[in-house]
Amino acid sequence: MKRIAALLRRRLAGAVPVLFIVIAFAFLLLESAPGDAVDAYLVSVGGGDATLAASLRAQYGLDQSTLSRLWLYLAALTHFDLGWSVAFDRPVLSLIGERLPTTLVLMGSATLLSFGLGSFLGIVAASHPGSLRDRLLSMASLTLYAIPGFWLALLLLIVFAVDLRWLPFSGFETVASHKTGLARLADIARHLVLPVVTLSLIYLALYLRVMRAAMGEVWRQDFILFARARGLSARRILWRHVARNALLPLVTVLGLQSAAMLGGSIIIESVFAIPGFGRLAQEAVAGRDAPLLVGLILVSALFVLSINLVVDLLYAWLDPRVGSVEAR
Amino acid sequence: MGMMARLLRTRSGLIGACLLLVMALAALAAPVLFPGDPLAIAGPAFLPPLADTAFPLGTDSLGRDVLAGLFHGARASLAVGLAAALAALLVGLVVGTVAGFAGGWVDEVLMRITDAFQVIPRFLLALAFVSVLGGSMTTVVIAIALSSWTEPARLVRAEVLSIRERDYAAAARVIGMHPAEIAFREILPIALPPVLALSAIIVAAAIMIESALSFLGFGDPNIVTWGSMMAEGRNVLRSAPFLSVVPGIALLVTVLAVYLVSEGVNTALNNNQAVPRG
Repeated sequence: MKRIAALLRRRLAGAVPVLFIVIAFAFLLLESAPGDAVDAYLVSVGGGDATLAASLRAQYGLDQSTLSRLWLYLAALTHFDLGWSVAFDRPVLSLIGERLPTTLVLMGSATLLSFGLGSFLGIVAASHPGSLRDRLLSMASLTLYAIPGFWLALLLLIVFAVDLRWLPFSGFETVASHKTGLARLADIARHLVLPVVTLSLIYLALYLRVMRAAMGEVWRQDFILFARARGLSARRILWRHVARNALLPLVTVLGLQSAAMLGGSIIIESVFAIPGFGRLAQEAVAGRDAPLLVGLILVSALFVLSINLVVDLLYAWLDPRVGSVEAR
Repeated sequence: MGMMARLLRTRSGLIGACLLLVMALAALAAPVLFPGDPLAIAGPAFLPPLADTAFPLGTDSLGRDVLAGLFHGARASLAVGLAAALAALLVGLVVGTVAGFAGGWVDEVLMRITDAFQVIPRFLLALAFVSVLGGSMTTVVIAIALSSWTEPARLVRAEVLSIRERDYAAAARVIGMHPAEIAFREILPIALPPVLALSAIIVAAAIMIESALSFLGFGDPNIVTWGSMMAEGRNVLRSAPFLSVVPGIALLVTVLAVYLVSEGVNTALNNNQAVPRG
């Protein structure tokens, strides 16, 4: 436990400067966007004269130097104030808080599916390296890797929503259906099938390839030779010894994929018109809403940092060798 | 034996290189085979593929030639992909070499900046840059480059760290070579091959990001790209699905070709390393 606590302290200390750099970058983005919050406010109330604009700027400290404005920005962030969305005319934080759960459901299900199926297929491929099955899976995973996500989404839409009419065309749930409880859940699940399948198919390939490579490494280790010498069955060695140990590197991929998947959700949510985090990003850029875009960047950085932290701790918990030197 | 010859001896390298060659030829031949603006109306709207010999792949909702769009789109995709990847590699090389060679606080600062760029989803970062810089071909290239330099930077740094303690680097120090000269003339060339294997992946990612940006409508509106063709096809997905399917196949083949080349490079490098190096 001491080992993991030391690791946690070290990782947290490492994450703080990174977060500050992201905040500084976010501030620079805000600064370089045309117009400021006062301009946006004046537009929303139907205009105002120059003296009103100047007094508002003075009131909110917008007429001060860049450095003191950065300080004001940091002070606002400590109160979880991410600013005001121009396009939606609402606080950025509440907007993101409203959209994020949808995306988390989407990403969570897609991660489960791609991790499970990808690692399973990786085991299948690595159980007979060089066989026809292995080569077919390699080819298939490379192709999946190269498929543009939005194109796959459109293909699945054409087949399952337009031609077969099995699944809904877009949205998160049926609009104004007044469903409650289980019926509503089932409705949402039906809407999420295609987006989840699309997202997981795109990211499945990486799990497959990493799993296959990791299996190849483990096969060469001495304890596998020992397991063979003990006369264990090939199947038992494959699943209990090789696959279990090869799963470790996959945990790292899980963390790396979180950022990629959050980025991927932008385009997938746009195709399927799902009101989530990703679609919000697209709307922020389309609506020239700099405060919202910057808020999204900050939240996603925080999200990715925390996922990576969790993955690091998980890894240390699974592998006793990690961090054991530092704790001593 | 040259790198190119070794690459072409691997099956995936050969297939990938051939496919890329076809794409490059299509891109180069576009203005000759399809002179005039591919965004101009050429015939009746919604002509299905194979119905009219003048338009083998049909026409879109405004009566623009799909095949002409595909050829001109190859230009945009390859140009943006290569330019962005080149810029990203250059930034990554410089950052990685400086960080790995300087060490100390310079390394610390550069690596924390790299971390910061990596915790922001790459596509979101590219979107943010495009929204600040505006949508033109150049800004799209810059946006993609600024969101893709971190991986090469990390790789180069790791390579430099492992190489700089070797004997020939020490020898160069002893004869009094300037640190910058050692870094860029002695160490960088040795560190380069694994980075080249990664560069193919970066080209593929750049092509993907470009098409995704223009699919969302944030690309250059005056240039036809596969992404923008698919975005327009999406609006008529029910009546004319081929309009979004066909450009996607071109995109898939291109990205797949780049990945195959990258696999070939990796295989060639590994074969090379199987022979122990001096």
